[in-house]
Amino acid sequence: MSEPPIPPHRRRAHTRTRDLERYAGLFAERTGAMRSSAMRDLMAVTARPEVISLAGGLPDTSTFPPQSFAAQMTRIAQESAAEALQYGPTEGFEETKDCILQVMGAEGMLPDPEDVIVTTGGQQAIDLVCKTLVDPGDVVICEAPTYPGAVPVFCSYQAAVLQIECDGDGMRVEVLEEELERLAGEGRRPKFVYSVPSFQNPAGVTMSLERRRRLVELARLHELLVVEDSPYGLLRYGGEPLPPLYQLDGGDYVIYVGTFSKILSPGIRLGWAVAPPPVMEKIVLGKQASDLCTSTLTQYFVREYFAEGRWRQYVADLVEIYRGRRDAMLEALREHFPAQATWTEPEGGLFIWATLPEYIDTGDLLAKALGDDVAFVPGQAAYVDGRGRNSMRLNFSGVGEGEIREGVKRIGKVIAEQVELYGALTGEHPAAPAGRDVADRTNVLPFRKAGEGGA
Amino acid sequence: MKVAVLKGGRSLERGVSLRSAARVEDALERLGHEVLALDVGGDLVERLTAERPDVAFVALHGPGGEDGTTQELLEIFGIPFTGPGVAACARCMDKALAKHALREAGVPTPDWFAFNETAFRELGAADALGLLEERLGFPLVVKPSRGGSALGVKFAASWLEVPEALVSAFSYDGRVLLERYVEGRELAVSVLGDEPLPVVEAIPGEGDRYDFEARYEIGRTTFACPAELTEAEVGAVTEAALGAYRALGCGGFARADLILGEDGPQVLEVNAIPGLTDTSLLPQAAEAAGMSFEDLVERILQLALESSGAATPRL
Repeated sequence: MSEPPIPPHRRRAHTRTRDLERYAGLFAERTGAMRSSAMRDLMAVTARPEVISLAGGLPDTSTFPPQSFAAQMTRIAQESAAEALQYGPTEGFEETKDCILQVMGAEGMLPDPEDVIVTTGGQQAIDLVCKTLVDPGDVVICEAPTYPGAVPVFCSYQAAVLQIECDGDGMRVEVLEEELERLAGEGRRPKFVYSVPSFQNPAGVTMSLERRRRLVELARLHELLVVEDSPYGLLRYGGEPLPPLYQLDGGDYVIYVGTFSKILSPGIRLGWAVAPPPVMEKIVLGKQASDLCTSTLTQYFVREYFAEGRWRQYVADLVEIYRGRRDAMLEALREHFPAQATWTEPEGGLFIWATLPEYIDTGDLLAKALGDDVAFVPGQAAYVDGRGRNSMRLNFSGVGEGEIREGVKRIGKVIAEQVELYGALTGEHPAAPAGRDVADRTNVLPFRKAGEGGA
Repeated sequence: MKVAVLKGGRSLERGVSLRSAARVEDALERLGHEVLALDVGGDLVERLTAERPDVAFVALHGPGGEDGTTQELLEIFGIPFTGPGVAACARCMDKALAKHALREAGVPTPDWFAFNETAFRELGAADALGLLEERLGFPLVVKPSRGGSALGVKFAASWLEVPEALVSAFSYDGRVLLERYVEGRELAVSVLGDEPLPVVEAIPGEGDRYDFEARYEIGRTTFACPAELTEAEVGAVTEAALGAYRALGCGGFARADLILGEDGPQVLEVNAIPGLTDTSLLPQAAEAAGMSFEDLVERILQLALESSGAATPRL
């Protein structure tokens, strides 16, 4: 007996341009703020297998033992198939929350499980917070640069995004203070401040304790919420751990966003939010409308995985691997990036932020770098206003040390070519100052250390 | 007929190419053709040898696909292909070359100067830049000679902005143009066979330039087709477009981009393989001429077979 032939995949037919205009007429106003970009098209090219991509934010899932994965999934199939294939509660299973409490406990936090909701990745938590808090035109404050994936969320809720510059100690909270006063003078009250205080994406910087304290004080004072996005808190490779904003504040004005993506797997799409009860009530309703509940199956997986009791060891293994990769990238940057470049030295997380001379547009540089089979994220993606054109985000978690070295070398080469060309064009030949202290170059531009110069 | 749709490749316009190709494949299937979708890579020759398509629909954009490289291979294999031939593709792709050909043929095109990267790196051409001010004036447009979809195109308001714009443009190609900026309406005339299609006008949103984003995002740019022009304007624009098409030796189809300024139309460039995406101009022009997208695809195929001397396609 032969199988019936499978019909060939059919693309939806867009035959008439008029039809498109008809659709465009139906689009919600907010889609106008949803921007596609040339960069997205360039990113399509980075998917070529020969390209060394320092562009993604991918954890290295190849380190997760397949036999362990198989054993857990088998156990779920044998023991809880019906439940694992069923819908679950919108807030998430209590057992998942127990795992979340273990993770948060490892960073010194102890929230009430009632205040926790399990979400489809940390990304959904950001979306739900916006859904709950943001009306079109509302002010949302974030860091400059900010997590590139948060920008489209803010934009799709038509928020007026205000970015506060960072230096080596994270968001410049004294600038935030001025801005809050200015806004208050205009009768505008921002809904929330979004921050990635530890090993920030994309800048790799960590907010100092002093600033963390001041930030939660300001939130209290101005009665506004702080959304603390902390995907990498446990991925620390050096320095002393700092208390999360949630812990400093006690959870009155801080919404905490966490995820299993970077300590286990992004493919399971499991994240969470912790919020004050009245806010959580609305978030739950919003989540119900969005997707009813987070994947039951992957919640079962996390439950089984945590029951094994080696999740901390796995995170410790990741820390070892990523520390090596970070060091390899920093070493390669010192060796291959020209003297005019500066970069951050993260104590954890997945990213280094490099800043080039102002005349280099990293979007165009990416086009050139792709010719040499290497990719990074142009800095502009981390800003809503076109800044960041001469910066780039480099990821060191997704590929091995050898590829990191080779990738940085190739990027260094195309930068050097542009620096040289600019010199030839302007008659300036800013030759690398000999014997210059390496420490100068690892300082952050345009960042400054807190307390040094500036406002 | 077995139609190979050549798409993708290594070009920076890969995404655009895939979108063009998706529409073409869909139309070909509905026309009853057998579609062989080929993402152009190291195995292209192998696949063409094994599959022996009757005709190739080239839906590649940018260097590698639009510059005659792939077309040359198809010629070797004797496979008829859509769009202009090898020489015309090479000329269209290189804006500096194209502009020389246009000027020689008396087709209006804005004043320009072209520079190789070596000229700056080794011959001190930077010193010559200052001499160009009176010839081109400001603002001026800096663009890579070979490139598409407005990638790497920058406007320089003064000499101070020129070096930076050059660094950007040289990211895409070893040769760049500095071109006089002509203010006016952005028009496009597609030519099918030897027939000009109705003029399309791209009207960018307020404060927008017709850049990469504006080109491919639905709703960002408004299109008027046919463009609101006087009969005399239509005549002048169409004549310039046809002149450019012929001067560059195009056949099959192509699209001329023009600016209609105070001094009449000026041809900026001719695209040997115009985009066929949902927001592209050629399909809009064809529709204004009463052709559905399927009609357009079928006509393009016919032209390919006619020019190669192959028999009328069987359907």
